[in-house]
Amino acid sequence: MPAPLLVPALVGVAFLVLPLLGLLIRAPWSDLWPQLTQPQVGQALRLSLVSATLATLVSLVLGVPIAWVLARSTLPGRSVLRALVTVPLVLPPVVGGVALFLVLGRQGILGRYLYEEFDYTIPFTTTAVVIAETFVAMPFLVISVEGALRAADARFEDAAATLGANRWTTFRRVTLPLVAPGVAAGAVLCWARALGEFGATITFAGNFPGTTQTMPLAVYLALQSNPEGAIVLSLVLLFVSLATLLLLRDRWLGRSGAPLA
Amino acid sequence: MRLRALPVLAVAGLLTLTACGGSSSSSDAASSTSAAASSSAGGGDLTGTLTVFAAASLTDVFTDLGDQLMADNPELTITFNFAGSSALATQITQGAPADVFASANQKQMTVVTDAGLDADDPTVFTENVLEIAVPPGNPGGITGLADFGDADKTLAICAPDVPCGAAAETVFAAAGITAQPDTLEEDVRAALTKVELGEVDAALVYASDVQAAGDGVEGIEFPEAEDAVNEYPICTLTGASNPEAAQAFLDLVESDEGQQALTDAGFRSPSN
Amino acid sequence: MSLRAHVVVQRGALLVDVDLTVADGEVLAVLGPNGAGKSTVLRVLAGLLAPDGGRVAIDVPGGELVWDGDQRHVPAHERPLGMVFQDHLLFPHLSTTDNVAFGLRTRGVRKAQARTTAAAWLARVGLAEFGDRRPTQLSGGQAQRAALARALVGEPRLLLLDEPLSALDARTRLTVRAELRRHLAEFGGCTVLVSHDPVDAMALADRVVVVEDGVVVQEGTPAEVARMPRTDYVARLVGLSLLPGTASGTRVDLDGGGLVWTGEEAAGEVFVAVRPETVSLYLARPDGSPRNVWALTLVAATPHGSTVRCDLDGEVPLTADVTATAFAELGLVPGAQVWASVKASEIAVYPR
Repeated sequence: MPAPLLVPALVGVAFLVLPLLGLLIRAPWSDLWPQLTQPQVGQALRLSLVSATLATLVSLVLGVPIAWVLARSTLPGRSVLRALVTVPLVLPPVVGGVALFLVLGRQGILGRYLYEEFDYTIPFTTTAVVIAETFVAMPFLVISVEGALRAADARFEDAAATLGANRWTTFRRVTLPLVAPGVAAGAVLCWARALGEFGATITFAGNFPGTTQTMPLAVYLALQSNPEGAIVLSLVLLFVSLATLLLLRDRWLGRSGAPLA
Repeated sequence: MRLRALPVLAVAGLLTLTACGGSSSSSDAASSTSAAASSSAGGGDLTGTLTVFAAASLTDVFTDLGDQLMADNPELTITFNFAGSSALATQITQGAPADVFASANQKQMTVVTDAGLDADDPTVFTENVLEIAVPPGNPGGITGLADFGDADKTLAICAPDVPCGAAAETVFAAAGITAQPDTLEEDVRAALTKVELGEVDAALVYASDVQAAGDGVEGIEFPEAEDAVNEYPICTLTGASNPEAAQAFLDLVESDEGQQALTDAGFRSPSN
Repeated sequence: MSLRAHVVVQRGALLVDVDLTVADGEVLAVLGPNGAGKSTVLRVLAGLLAPDGGRVAIDVPGGELVWDGDQRHVPAHERPLGMVFQDHLLFPHLSTTDNVAFGLRTRGVRKAQARTTAAAWLARVGLAEFGDRRPTQLSGGQAQRAALARALVGEPRLLLLDEPLSALDARTRLTVRAELRRHLAEFGGCTVLVSHDPVDAMALADRVVVVEDGVVVQEGTPAEVARMPRTDYVARLVGLSLLPGTASGTRVDLDGGGLVWTGEEAAGEVFVAVRPETVSLYLARPDGSPRNVWALTLVAATPHGSTVRCDLDGEVPLTADVTATAFAELGLVPGAQVWASVKASEIAVYPR
């Protein structure tokens, strides 16, 4: 292996792995169990997994079509659309949370009607958690899937058309299976991002155990009063997400899967 | 609204500068200065760099006071590190170079004193009490602390892990109220944002925060606040590289002018 | 005539304007160099590309169906056609059987029925045992046969073949070409084959259309095109030297200045075509009285099996095939002066 590649690769791996090692070394292994068995930990973990999974599903339903429009349609202004879709990537998540308030809050452009007509408010609910996570995580999916679509040979879609498949059938039966590894990679990326989401969630959904307190929020607050507890919570989040990703990688992507997890 | 220059001090600054006899090129006559009379190290001869670690709630007041001290001492540069008190305490115990530490509570100051890093005993220089912040016009019809027990209202309090949340728990316990919050905010700023956006009917924050938020929120005082008075201690640190300037800053904070600036920002002078 | 197409497409700087007609059961080959616009024509016929003008219509029982023109464009999936692509384009995520069944499924045939029909077609192309394989597990020739089955399974009105053999190696190409020829003979609809290989066109097509720079430059049966090319491109493809000139009786004065005698009489503007193997080369002016003798310069010599192809320049530029032995005996090197002779009766002459 050439040194100009190997050396930076090793430095990079060390850079990524050492902070995790730091967490492991500083973890209070002796009172790990009492920390873990606090009801709030299980609650936050469950909420995190459920909301990140829901956010990923919503992102798939909305994001894959966006990616298709970006990669395949001849719609004018697609580059503008692409820039808009990726705004959440560069937006500080807290600002994203405020922006969500301005639209979906009870004083928001749309949220106001929900509040006035149905007496329903989105903020401070689990729905708000899913919305905040979707807002921040969906661009990762869109970009992955768009990349996969662009890399896929569009002539397969021509072939499908000559075999009587309309665009929707072509998308379902040909395009989607062809880019499935890219979609899976994007979904995993999206899920991981949603799982770690903090800023937009705590801003738009607030923080309340059981309804809106996800693991990152619990970790952050624990850091204020109980840094060792925060380390334990971080490790739990880390291991659960790693285990999930490795499991999915084997199941979905087989050995030749896309490079993730 | 935010309070800026103190007119009385501006005049004093002019006099001080005149007395200095043009020793510096940065003698901007419009700048204000500290009450040098009450300072043991006043007179414009402080030099070097002063690093102050202060609780985030002190940002506006301390920045103004720092500007005054720098104007008074043209050779002096003051660097502030405003953050949560616990983060600051952690940084100081981890060896961050600081001359002065001003904490928003005794607990985080204790972290520093327990590590033996205080050069002199900390003194309480100001106090902060809780206040109810409501959106302009008080759409939720909040009248007092008892409304925090109303599950139908959308309410924010701080998480018990952070100081304002601990204080909130204290006042609720004292008042015998079971709070029904919709969210436990990670800090006062986050709670205030939600009030400013009109997304909550009320939040329990500090009086200084209500003051700092200006027209964005309205404040409602309540008697139970006296059960959780938050004391702000300040001290110079053993690692101080500029002890004279550190002491001068401490003196300025505790001077009448410093106290006035804190009062204008919603704090109150220590009761003892 | 069953398919009538007038295709007008602007592709960058190239204006494609091609007229085609194909009868039922007929195989039309569109021959042309790369970039001539022949694949564009095929994409328009397939409905994958909306033309900028013209008209595409196909006869159906009781009238004609307009696919393009008259303000309408029928998209590919609504046209009863099958298409075979250069590199088969079998869907990699489906088994061979499901690939072949695809066109039936999209047209509403139930899954079991579609798979049965697909299996029958796979058997027809000799792939009965390969139905469960993925396309990546097929050889190039097998994949192209599966692609043919996939295109034909829906019993299309129009079969489009886009360079169907050019991705195959030489030996596979021979067997697949023979098989393709058999299936095309059985196919009752119209077939349009696009190729740049004259052998494919000659072997498979009933009629050939030569397209260059977006327009049809020659049309005819494969034999006509091979015998009487009308452009340098076609002449080169079929290995003839093409010389334009003006005929008067058996004498042709070439546009390039030379003089050629032909066996047949002709008049006016003509093409003269000389087959390389009829050209004899000499170091000295040959004895006897051959009328066609020219002093030429050898510019290039390329071995071609047991013969050497000699490119000759002069007032009558020719290509000559001589045996390797003769070439060695002559001791020719590029730049050498040679005498070339062709019997007048061997030279074809036909009007321009």
